[in-house]
Amino acid sequence: MAQIRLECRNVAKRFGAITAVQNLNFKIADGEVVSLIGPSGCGKSTLLNMGSGLDPASEGEVLVDGEKVTKPNEHVAFMLQKDLLLPWRTIRQNVEFGLEIRGVPASERKAISLELLRKCRLPDFAENYPHQLSGGMRQRAALARTLAVDPAVLLMDEPFSALDAQTKMVLQQDLGRTLAETGKTTLFVTHDLVEAIALSDRVLVMSQRPGTIIEEIVIDIPGRENPMERRKSPKTGPYIAQLMSLLHIGEEVH
Amino acid sequence: MGSELSNPSTQRMVLASLALAVISLAAWEWGPRALGIPQFIIPPASQVWEEFLKMLTRDRLMYHTGITAMQVVVGFVLGMILGMAVGFILGMSPTAEFVLSPYILALQIAPKVAFAPLFVIWFGYTVYPKILVAILIVFFPIMINVLGAVRAIDPDIVRLARSFNASKVQIFRKIEFPASLPPFFAGLRIAATLAVIGVLVGELVGGNQGLGYLLTFGEGAGNTPMVFVTIIMLTIIGILLYGAIVLIENRVLHWLPGRARRAS
Ligand SMILES: Nc1ncnc2c1ncn2[C@@H]1O[C@H](COP(=O)(O)OP(=O)(O)O)[C@@H](O)[C@H]1O
Ligand SMILES: [Mg+2]
Repeated sequence: MAQIRLECRNVAKRFGAITAVQNLNFKIADGEVVSLIGPSGCGKSTLLNMGSGLDPASEGEVLVDGEKVTKPNEHVAFMLQKDLLLPWRTIRQNVEFGLEIRGVPASERKAISLELLRKCRLPDFAENYPHQLSGGMRQRAALARTLAVDPAVLLMDEPFSALDAQTKMVLQQDLGRTLAETGKTTLFVTHDLVEAIALSDRVLVMSQRPGTIIEEIVIDIPGRENPMERRKSPKTGPYIAQLMSLLHIGEEVH
Repeated sequence: MGSELSNPSTQRMVLASLALAVISLAAWEWGPRALGIPQFIIPPASQVWEEFLKMLTRDRLMYHTGITAMQVVVGFVLGMILGMAVGFILGMSPTAEFVLSPYILALQIAPKVAFAPLFVIWFGYTVYPKILVAILIVFFPIMINVLGAVRAIDPDIVRLARSFNASKVQIFRKIEFPASLPPFFAGLRIAATLAVIGVLVGELVGGNQGLGYLLTFGEGAGNTPMVFVTIIMLTIIGILLYGAIVLIENRVLHWLPGRARRAS
């Protein structure tokens, strides 16, 4: 098996008397894309926050490249549903934000950001301000900013859930291609079952709070770099049905 | 700006504005006479102009205007720096805000100009009481706006910066400071007009310098044109300060939606 990039060993997180997640155990290998799916409030964001080193685990340990995560580090970068672009910076300056904080010289920053804006299909908007871009374009810029620091592991928390259905599919396609090109290891939180199936190698299913992983589904559909085609695959339907039953979707309907 | 003036609809608005000025001046000159209002109640524009020319030499008008303007600018700048500093400190320290907020609220509600006599008792008929009133009156709108701006920053933006390993100084320079600028400038605009009021009240309370002094003098002498001239000079100081702020604001906040489009 390839090198393990991200690992959770018996991780639990409590907020006062509330246990958000417990008994979390999983491994993500180099270059793998793994989706995390589960009911609202089951602790998906909590898990990602521990992975990014912003919040400590109450129990157990989160490891990145075999090292215990105790604080924010350069191996991990996250992306949220909100683009978090700074309105006073141009798109290029926003993409360079992380590099700037890490003290990368301006010329080097510019080369990296322009290259990523090209990859994320925003080359003509480098000197525009965020308010001049659509929601989908802004989220692409946020992806470029996340990739700019060249993290070993990407943590994505429902990055496309605020977008309309079509924009979302286009961005999924772009992400699928970019992840394949860069070979980035990714943990991807989503509510969208089809998105999880189309984008990932594996899907982890979490239970109600206190959240823990109740099922792991390996997505055996070829062509992970092309989520659009994967959506249309005849194998997708059965995976959706399996996830729906695991999440008890539709059982409450009278 | 240049391209805006070449716009025909803008040109029409400028013309309308100028026409209104001419009509107002004419109404001021001949209106009161037509209505039989005595000149010592409302002196006509020409008489106020003559009085202005006389005051230049007789009352050293520009000297007094300079003193008032200097006090306004010094009070404004010091109040601004203080307001900004305290706004940031309280914004970044919830404990400090919790402990201090009742007192700040009380001081904010207290009418600042009422402190003028107190400051005159403390510092005599010097420039200091006037500057102090200006500082006090300018401080609050700036402090409140900066505090509010720091509070309103999305914590996820700060978390994003922290995930990149940003230091506290970097978070301040790259997030908190720029995020505070739009409300800061809104506070400056309010403060510009307040600063003139603060200094004027200080001068009215006591002293023999500044436009406030000329105002009291004109009142005592029953010289209505002199009072008019002084009011106009005070207004000009306010307009210049306000204009300077708007000019700087347009440069600094060029990225705000609505401005970026105009600039390009
Ligand atoms: N800072 C916090 N303080 C207290 N409770 C929290 C905090 N963050 C999350 N929680 C609780 O932990 C649980 C999991 O939250 P979250 O990870 O955001 O869920 P998800 O992302 O799966 O919707 C929720 O019940 C939430 O109320
Ligand atoms: Mg969440």
